[in-house]
Amino acid sequence: MNARDEVLTRLRAARPSGAVTVSRDYDPPAPDGTDLVELLTDRLLDYRATVRRCDAAALPTVLASLLTDASVVVVPPGLPSAWLGGTDVAQLTDDGGLTPGQLDLPGAVVVTGCAIACARTGTIILDAGPDQGRRVLTLVPDRHICVVRVDQVVYGIPEALSRLTDPTRPLTMISGPSATSDIELNRVEGVHGPRHLTIILLLP
Amino acid sequence: MTGTGNIVAALPFPTAAKPKLADSQLRDNLRRATHTIRDKRLRTVAELPEWERLRLAGAAIKDDVLARLPELLVEFEAAATAAGATVHWARDAAEACGIAVDLALSTGTREVVKIKSMATQEIGLNEALEAVGITPIETDLAELIVQLAGDTPSHILVPAIHYNRHQIRELFARRMPGVDLDALTDDPAALAEAARRHLRARFFSARVAISGANFAIAETGTLVVVESEGNGRMCLTLPETLISVVGVEKILPTVRDLDVFLQLLPRSSTGERMNPYTSAWTGVTPGDGPQQVHVILVDNGRSDVLADPVGRQALRCIRCSACLNVCPVYERVGGHAYGSVYPGPIGAILSPQLSGAGANATLPFASTLCGACFEACPVRIDIPEVLVHLRQEIVAAAGATPERAAMRAAAWVLRDRRRYSAALRAARRFAAPLRLVGRPDAVRHLPWPLTRWSASRDTPLPARETFREWWSRERA
Repeated sequence: MNARDEVLTRLRAARPSGAVTVSRDYDPPAPDGTDLVELLTDRLLDYRATVRRCDAAALPTVLASLLTDASVVVVPPGLPSAWLGGTDVAQLTDDGGLTPGQLDLPGAVVVTGCAIACARTGTIILDAGPDQGRRVLTLVPDRHICVVRVDQVVYGIPEALSRLTDPTRPLTMISGPSATSDIELNRVEGVHGPRHLTIILLLP
Repeated sequence: MTGTGNIVAALPFPTAAKPKLADSQLRDNLRRATHTIRDKRLRTVAELPEWERLRLAGAAIKDDVLARLPELLVEFEAAATAAGATVHWARDAAEACGIAVDLALSTGTREVVKIKSMATQEIGLNEALEAVGITPIETDLAELIVQLAGDTPSHILVPAIHYNRHQIRELFARRMPGVDLDALTDDPAALAEAARRHLRARFFSARVAISGANFAIAETGTLVVVESEGNGRMCLTLPETLISVVGVEKILPTVRDLDVFLQLLPRSSTGERMNPYTSAWTGVTPGDGPQQVHVILVDNGRSDVLADPVGRQALRCIRCSACLNVCPVYERVGGHAYGSVYPGPIGAILSPQLSGAGANATLPFASTLCGACFEACPVRIDIPEVLVHLRQEIVAAAGATPERAAMRAAAWVLRDRRRYSAALRAARRFAAPLRLVGRPDAVRHLPWPLTRWSASRDTPLPARETFREWWSRERA
């Protein structure tokens, strides 16, 4: 018997019988008066991310001010072009061919949108949509600026996952900058992923 | 088909634990780290009023998986294959290593980058790769520390928990090639920076990565890796080939089930609301990430564990290590004393079941049955229940022993009040001279033939007055 058949046969013989019911009562609604933007901000600051708020009209100015010391801006193919209208920093738009070496330039900053944000855990979910691009773009540059629209912010993880349009796309869930707890179980920011995470909350 | 690999203790637990108990530096490091994480876990768990409902749902989802495992594995295989992955099956550690080594060799690579993975530690994959001349590079900070030290992991989540920052600094200074000694202090941020520099070029040049998976989703064929540092993202994104070694019990039926585990796991493991990075990938995505994706599904003793009605709950484990961090035994002896890559309370029930109790027969006794592990377990594994169950099996298999005879005699005495009172009086007479030496209410070392009984426990002396005596004196 090949390994597949043997493993499956053994599991069939060993498994318990009877159906199991799963109670899905673990998803409470947000408490009355919860301000999702405030909650998300609180969580992000706890992870030592930087948080800014502005409306669409002010976004190019805010982005330009965040990019003053950038050497190059890495841009996913579908990022709204107006967002970077206020800066003259060189842009590197990904056509699918940018290499890790190009993305690793000192002072490189990547600007993206996101798919969903979860306020309760301070989590930004990227699903490789056109304004986010390939996973490598948000991984190699040392600084990631992510623009989150207020209508993308939900309360808990169950709602965040249920709003994903296609969970088989490459997903990256980001909760603060890269960190480790490996030394004496204390959290320290900054290992391999971007060491600086800035979230711009885009108000209507 | 019992499991093989790095799950079989070379020494009985009491023998392995003895030198560890004498190492005060080790105990100091462990106490500091486990207490840090305990307090953090309690704070973030208390934030969720629905925590107990999440635990119940987590346990139920895993029990459902165990009941439907063959169908779910076939469903996973079909979905992953349709998405461009190649799925392999392995009966045991040697077979899993053989598949992974052949896949790595076929790419012509001389080194692979690795994401921390219990499954690859369990099957001994690093040793197997080295045997054919491929260098495995551990990229998780704690795994890197252990690898540079030529040591073995001592904790499921933080394999280098037994080192403090000063020891890690010394190790990096001596063993990390090209390290900048001037910038290297024992500040954890400086140590993390050194690891970043050391590994960056390797991530960019690696052609093959090896990972485990925290979850494998049957309906979509998706694999999920939960991590902190971004080394996982590097391995899952940059190389051309990705090989993931996954225990068969890692299956979840649907994407929706992730919502339970993405809440249970980070709070239980590092005490955070959410870990910095979680990646999910489904087969091959053209233009994004590895274009050759392999999944190796491993049994290695799990089907044996599944066959035990009491013991099978150990297969719910999501490797969060909360049970290690609250265990009074683990806190004092550390992970190496357990002799398996799975230490602590979960290791004491998982290792003997995966490998067959023979070699690991002392592990179920490495516990005080205090129950802290069950309280902390996010999927409600009743570890004390399984410990007692395994002890019963081991004692039953041992047949007639002096301990068994003594227990039978004790049972006969305790069944009858007059026999009990008489025995108590006799014990008090015997104990009276013992009070004159040493501690007044307990004896450290009993004389032969009870020497072994007292080797790892104090023996309390009978009280000077029993409750019945006190009652009749007070109420007479």
